[in-house]
Amino acid sequence: MNRSLRFLPLLVLLAFVGAVAWRLSSPADEKIESKMIGRTIPAFALAPAVPGKAGLSSKDLGSGKPRMINVFASWCVPCIAEAPLLAELKAKGIPIDAIAVRDRPADVAEFLAQRGDPFERIGADPESRAQLALGSSGVPETFIVDGAGIIRYQHMGPIEPDDLPVLVAQWEAAK
Amino acid sequence: MIAEAGLAALWLAAALAALQLALACGFGGEQGKSIRAVRAVAVTQGLVTLIAFAALVELFLHSDMSVLLVAENSHSQKPWLYKFAGTWGNHEGSMLLWVTVLALAGAIVALFERRLDHKTLGASLGAQALLALGFFAFLLIASNPFERLDPAPLDGRGLNPLLQDPGLAFHPPTLYLGYVGLSVAFSLAVGGLIRGNVGPAIARAMRPWILAAWVLLTLGITAGSYWAYYELGWGGWWFWDPVENASLMPWLAATALLHSVNVLAARGGLRAWTMMLALVAFSMSMIGTFLVRSGILTSVHSFAVDPLRGTFILALLALYIGAALALFGLRIAHVKEGAPFEIVSREGGLVANNLLLSVILGIVFVGTLYPLVAEALSGDKLSVGPPYFNSVASPLALVLAALMLVGPQLKWRRDAKPVLPRVAPGLLVAAAVLIATVLLAPNIGLLPRFGLAIGAALLPASLLPLIGRSLRRTPLAIWGMVLAHTGVAVAILGMASDSAFTQEKLTAVRPGERVAVGPWLVEFRDVLPIAGPNWTALDAELRASRGTGVTVLNPQSRYFAEPPTTTNEAAIDTSWNGQLYAVLGEPTDQGRWQLRLWWKPFVTLIWLGGFLIAFGGALALAGRVFRRRPQGFYRTGPFV
Repeated sequence: MNRSLRFLPLLVLLAFVGAVAWRLSSPADEKIESKMIGRTIPAFALAPAVPGKAGLSSKDLGSGKPRMINVFASWCVPCIAEAPLLAELKAKGIPIDAIAVRDRPADVAEFLAQRGDPFERIGADPESRAQLALGSSGVPETFIVDGAGIIRYQHMGPIEPDDLPVLVAQWEAAK
Repeated sequence: MIAEAGLAALWLAAALAALQLALACGFGGEQGKSIRAVRAVAVTQGLVTLIAFAALVELFLHSDMSVLLVAENSHSQKPWLYKFAGTWGNHEGSMLLWVTVLALAGAIVALFERRLDHKTLGASLGAQALLALGFFAFLLIASNPFERLDPAPLDGRGLNPLLQDPGLAFHPPTLYLGYVGLSVAFSLAVGGLIRGNVGPAIARAMRPWILAAWVLLTLGITAGSYWAYYELGWGGWWFWDPVENASLMPWLAATALLHSVNVLAARGGLRAWTMMLALVAFSMSMIGTFLVRSGILTSVHSFAVDPLRGTFILALLALYIGAALALFGLRIAHVKEGAPFEIVSREGGLVANNLLLSVILGIVFVGTLYPLVAEALSGDKLSVGPPYFNSVASPLALVLAALMLVGPQLKWRRDAKPVLPRVAPGLLVAAAVLIATVLLAPNIGLLPRFGLAIGAALLPASLLPLIGRSLRRTPLAIWGMVLAHTGVAVAILGMASDSAFTQEKLTAVRPGERVAVGPWLVEFRDVLPIAGPNWTALDAELRASRGTGVTVLNPQSRYFAEPPTTTNEAAIDTSWNGQLYAVLGEPTDQGRWQLRLWWKPFVTLIWLGGFLIAFGGALALAGRVFRRRPQGFYRTGPFV
C-alpha cells in the first residue's frame, strides 16, 4: 500500500467524527419556518361548526384589526391541553376565531362546553381544505392574521405556557 | 431481586473484561504463557454476560413493572413472543444484547481457536476485551437496563405495534449477531498488526467468523427487507433509509472481506488490504449502531434519542476505530506483501470485486452522511433519497454482477487460457434476454433491462465452476460459492422484474365494485370490524381472481390501544409468478374506501435470492469448520 495512503482511512474517520460531534453539540433547530408568513390569507368560506355561532370566511379576516385563528378538533388531545391558554389570550383582549377540522357539530359543542369557548367564530372544515390551504399540516395550530389579511405568524403544535409572551408580542406587532 | 442480580452480573462481566485486558497486556506474566488464564477469563466473561441478559429476558417475560425498562416498553397483555422480543425492542435491551454477543464471541474464540500462535491470540483477545469494556461502561453509566421504578406502575406502556410482529423477534438479534461477529475479525486484525503477524494463519482464523457474520447479516437484511415490505404497507422492499444503510454498509464491507480473505488464506496476497477491510467491516458495524442509537439521522426507524448516549458511543467508536486505523497506518509498512499475480487471474477478479464493493460502500456512506455534512457546511436541511442511490450504486452493482460471469472461473495467479469460451454461455443468455426485452417490453428502464439480462446470464454462469469437477468430491466451500452466486442472480432478477413490471392501482371503491390490476380482477366485498389479542381492526374482504379460482385477501387497518396507534396490515397473495399486494386506506366520502393494489411479478425472487446467498454462505462455513485437515496442520486442541 502506498505510504501516503496509509493514514487516509484515519483522516476519513476524523472527518466523520468531527462532523458528527458538531451535530451532537449543536442540536438541530427543529423549528420549521412557516412558508405562509407574509402571504395573504387564502380565500375560504366555512359553514358554522356549531349551531348558534357564526362560521368563518376569509372575508371576516383583514377587516382592519389583527385576529388569531386556532385550528383545532374535538378529537385532538393536545387541543385540550392548550384550551386554558387560549382562554388566557382571549382575556388579554385578543380576538380568536377557530377552524374545526374533520369534526361533528355535536362533538365540537361538547368540547366547547367542557373546555371553554374563547372563539368568536368557528368554521367547520370537514375535509381539511381550508386547513391545507392555510399551510397547516396538523392540529392544533395557531395563526395571527393582520388587519390587511396577511398571515403574520404561524404556531405549530399546542400552545404551551412559554409560548404566550411570543404570541402576544406577535399580535401586538401585527397591529 | 432478579434485576439486582442482572446488574451485579453486568458489573462482574465488566471487571472480568478489565482483567482479561490486563492479562493480555502482560500484567500476569509473559504474554504467550498467560494465554490459559486469558482464555479462562474470556469464557467466564461470556457466561456472566449471558446471565445478565437472561435476567433481563426473565424480567420481560414476567412483566416486572418495577423495572423502568419493562414498564416503558412492555405490557402485561402482550402475547408471550412479544414480551420476549421486547427485551431487545428498546435501547438498553438491544445494547445489552449487543455486548452479550460481543462477550460470547470472545469466549468462543478463546475456547476454539487453536491454530493461531499464542501471542497473536492473546493480543486479539485483549482487543476483544477492550471493545467489550467500553460497551460495558456504556451500559453501566449511560444505559442501565436494570434501573428500578418506584413506585411500580400497574401496567406498562406497551411496545410500538409496528414491532409486534413475529419478524421482529428474530430480525434485530440476527443483525446484531452479524454486526458483532465482525468484531472477531477486527480483534484478530488488531492482534495480527500488533504482533506483526499478518498472514494466512490470521486469514484462516478470521474466515469462519467473517462467513458466519456475513450469513447472519445477509439473513437479517433479507428478513428486514421483507418485514418492511409487508409491514409498512408501502409496497417497496428497500428505501435507502439511514438505518437500512447502516446494516448494508457492514454487509458490503464483509462481502469484500469475505472475498479478499480467501486470497490471503490461499495465496498470502492482499495482506494490507484484507486487514484494512477487517477493520472497516466492524467499524461500519459500530458506526451503524451509532447512527441508529444516537438518532442523529432522521429515519423511519425511530429509536430512543439521547444526546449523552450518542456522545458516549461516538467517543467509543472514535477511540476504537481511531486507534485501530492508527495502528494500521503505523504497522502496515512492516507487513510483507504476498505472492504476485497477473491482472487476469483469480486474484485480479477478486481485487476488481473488492474495488467495486468498496466504491459502492463509499457511495452509500457518503449518501447516508451527506445530509449531515451539508447541514454542517451550509445550514441547508436536505435528504438524499433513492434517486441518488439507485442511479449511482445500481449500475456499479450490475458491473460487479457482470464480472461474476467470469471471476469464479479464473485460475489463481495467472490465467493464460482464453477467457471468452468460458463466458460465452452467460453472454449468449444475456444477449438473448436483451433482445427479448427490447422486443416484448420496449418501455422498461435501462437498469431493469440490464438487470434482467445480467441476472439471467448469471444463472448458468454461476454453475460453471462445477464443470470438470467430480460433484461428490467438490468441497462444500465451492458449493457454497455456486449457491451464493446463484442467489445473487435470482435476487437481481427479482429486483429487475419488480421495477420493470410492477403495476399499481390506487382507487376509492364501494363494496361490490371491481378493480383490475395486472392479470387480476379484484372485487371489494366489504369492510367489517374484528378484534385481535391486543388490537381491533377494520378488516376488508377482497376476492381476487385471474381466470380460475378465487383468492380471498384481508387487508386490515389495525388499531392498538397500548400505546394508541393505527397500523396498516397489507394482505399479500403469493403465487409462483409474483405477489398481489393489497392495502386498505382511509374511508372517504359516500361509503368509499381507499384501496391500493399492486401486482408485482416475481418480486419474491428478491428474498429467495437473499436466502440462497445466506444458505450458500452457511454451506461454505460448514465446509470450513468441519473440513478434515491434513495431519499436523494445527496444534493439539479439543478438535484434533
